[in-house]
Amino acid sequence: MKARGTRVLPGILGRWARPLAGPLAAIGLALAAGAILVAVLGQDPVTVYTTLFDAIFGSAYGFGQVLFKATTLIGTGLAVAVAFRAGLFNIGAEGQMYLAGLASAAFALALGDGCPALVAVPLVLLAGALAGALVALLPALLRAFLGVHEVINTIMLNFVAFALGSWILVEKLALFESVHTAEIPAAARLPRLETMLPAFRGAPLNLALLLQLLLCALCALALWRTRWGYEVRAVGLSESAARSAGIPVRRRLVEAMALSGALAGTAAANFVQGYKYYFEEGFTAEAGFKGIAVALLGSTHPAGIVPAALFFGALDRGGFVINGLVPKEFVDILQALVILLVIVLARPGDVAAQVRRLALRRREEVS
Amino acid sequence: MNTPALELRDISKSFPGTVANDHVSLAVPRGRIHALVGENGAGKTTLMRVAYGELRPDAGEVRIQGELLGRGGTARAIALGLGMVHQHFMLVPTLRVFENVVLGHEPRRGAWFDAAAARRLVRETAARFGLAIDPDARVGDLGVGEQQRVEILKVLVRGARVLILDEPTAVLAPSEAEDLFAILRQLVREQHTVLLISHRLHEVLAVSDAVTVLRDGKVVDEMPAAQADLGRLARAIVGREVRAPSRARGSGHEPGGRAVAPLQETEVRVTDRREPVVLRCDSLRTAGKREALQSVSLEVRGGEILGVAGVEGNGQQALAHALLGLEPVVGGSIELHGEDVTRLGTAARRARGLAYVPGDRLREGLIPALRIDENAILGRQREPDLGNRAWLSPRRVAARAETLLRRFEVRPAMPSFPAAVLSGGNQQRLVVGREMGREPSLLLLVQPTRGVDIGGIAFLHERILEARDAGRAVLLVSADLNEILALADRVLVLYSGRVAGTCSAAEATPARLGLWMTGGKESEA
Repeated sequence: MKARGTRVLPGILGRWARPLAGPLAAIGLALAAGAILVAVLGQDPVTVYTTLFDAIFGSAYGFGQVLFKATTLIGTGLAVAVAFRAGLFNIGAEGQMYLAGLASAAFALALGDGCPALVAVPLVLLAGALAGALVALLPALLRAFLGVHEVINTIMLNFVAFALGSWILVEKLALFESVHTAEIPAAARLPRLETMLPAFRGAPLNLALLLQLLLCALCALALWRTRWGYEVRAVGLSESAARSAGIPVRRRLVEAMALSGALAGTAAANFVQGYKYYFEEGFTAEAGFKGIAVALLGSTHPAGIVPAALFFGALDRGGFVINGLVPKEFVDILQALVILLVIVLARPGDVAAQVRRLALRRREEVS
Repeated sequence: MNTPALELRDISKSFPGTVANDHVSLAVPRGRIHALVGENGAGKTTLMRVAYGELRPDAGEVRIQGELLGRGGTARAIALGLGMVHQHFMLVPTLRVFENVVLGHEPRRGAWFDAAAARRLVRETAARFGLAIDPDARVGDLGVGEQQRVEILKVLVRGARVLILDEPTAVLAPSEAEDLFAILRQLVREQHTVLLISHRLHEVLAVSDAVTVLRDGKVVDEMPAAQADLGRLARAIVGREVRAPSRARGSGHEPGGRAVAPLQETEVRVTDRREPVVLRCDSLRTAGKREALQSVSLEVRGGEILGVAGVEGNGQQALAHALLGLEPVVGGSIELHGEDVTRLGTAARRARGLAYVPGDRLREGLIPALRIDENAILGRQREPDLGNRAWLSPRRVAARAETLLRRFEVRPAMPSFPAAVLSGGNQQRLVVGREMGREPSLLLLVQPTRGVDIGGIAFLHERILEARDAGRAVLLVSADLNEILALADRVLVLYSGRVAGTCSAAEATPARLGLWMTGGKESEA
């Protein structure tokens, strides 16, 4: 019907306001619900939120911490988003990032001190990306050629990745009586931003942030300006239409998933090359899973992922600070609420709406 | 009792920016079949949704069997005896027929589902209205025509006395449509009332008692079917004088001029036998389960339209997909310009001049969620003039899309909107325009005008004839016999995955093709 076209708001308002409305409403409602929860816990919501706000924006150090946490989340969020655009749900960013961290640390250690930083840093980054891509390749091939659903593959492969990574660590790489490797050579490390911007003193914020922002821009270009990216998005929206258009569907699926794994792999650099300088058991701290939330809140668009990652990074940071007032799980509840609300409030056509449709599929098939 | 079975009084309904219904009044007497016709976007669907209580009108009232519908919504419409048979079926494929029919109001014995009672109910209702159907068949195993009967049974079992059918024949083969009309006549004999929405004017004339024409949300004409003729209907629908395109080569139709395809065609074009063969299939066999090709051989020359007729599900889809490289070929060969392409992929075949307008445009032809301008390059995204090497130039994509939207009169011409906002007819213009724009040597068209309004059909038919006149080979697969007869130079009938017969357009009579389509034998002519 003609009327369908007129439902879209006109002009600039429609172009920018509509995609922002859902995520912003989700955040607002989640914070409101959180306030009620805080009151139920016997605390003053105003105090808690003021403390939270202060922890995030009150000092350059605090904000540096937020940016540091957001850096990893941009990486995993971007990884999940790229896969989403190809119609794939990469639940395996966690495992891909984990093994990528191990691979990059091992590679850096093998590289030794003799290599100049300008060569060592990119090589180690590449090693991590490659490892992440390889881990993602297995479920990608299974999906493309045998039709095995990638959600199941990637979830299960996470456990394999954790077990394999920890086994290699303990058997080969761990320092005595520890669960981490030796420190990687200085040449393979990413410089701290505090060396350039003294205000961030003490915060582990490092060059990985700029790297992730650059990757966001590159992914946006690749997806929306190249022929390859066009084909990937076409596959993601309609495999059948892509197939009859002559697009090599399987190949694009595999490539997009490998790229997703590589991006998840680079997310490890923030910790391994930029913060602790070693690989440690459990270093991912669920960043891979939070990447799914970041991608959804950011509408799976690189430009949306950065603010979404900042939001989740801020909540992560805030959890430490408000621990004295309310249990730090309060922050987990806020994050979960945001995601639920993003999915509930999604407009048809959004990726979050696809997730909603998946969840409701049984019901819709019958009605 | 003179109360109309369904009465719409002065209905107006606006959406932001559009008046979908503008003071529409319509009264259908009991025991009649009333047809509602009009172009896509004329307001038919809105009117039906108002009648069914899905939409609340801005003004006016709906009366069903004399009772005011008011604000009760769909539930009240059903309670008053209205039933809607949607164009897209809402059935559970894994359940049996009788289970589908009673779904939502199952007969019970105590706490248990009374399957015997449900079966009996379905069997009795089916018998009463002459619906041939096996209550125990699984819906997923049924053909389209039978599934439609299940939908009709569903509303009848719920006590509907007034039935609205939205484009019921769009998915049916001619013989199935005849069966449907027999059912509708039986319904009317049982004092039921039918409101029929259709694009197919000759069917409308054949089955209904009266016709109402909607244009731009208003009733522009209303007549008893006995006084209606195709010319008057077409004029009312399109809103201007229409004329038939000539099939003669080089007759010079003015581009963009609207015309109505003739239902009978006397003029016959003599195929120029010296044009080279563009497509040759030799004993083609495919692996699919249901409608696999058994052994299909055919040839299409440049400047020729080969019409492939047949009841749907007899190998048409398999043939199209085999030609495109989507359906595995287990025997035989496909040649394009004398080159064996049987083992080549879809992209390679497209690069060799194959263009494809699929029957299911929403699944294969375009991507509804993708922008209109991006859809305008689907399948052509590798063409060098759209950018350089790896990059697509947004400017050139926009220019390409703009030309296409203008030349094929796609409305609304809003390149940055998702293709989903276009009506079906405009989506089809987009797809056909894109595929023809590649200057293909072989144009593979599957149901190119399905669900398209009458003005759009004429427009698309003219473009197809133009392509033929420009020397392209056209393979036209259609379930609409009139379309085949109006356009094709030669006709081939598929039955059960085999070529049941071929003949020139001059020799193709509906009777002869009908015989082939239903598997009948004929002494070889």
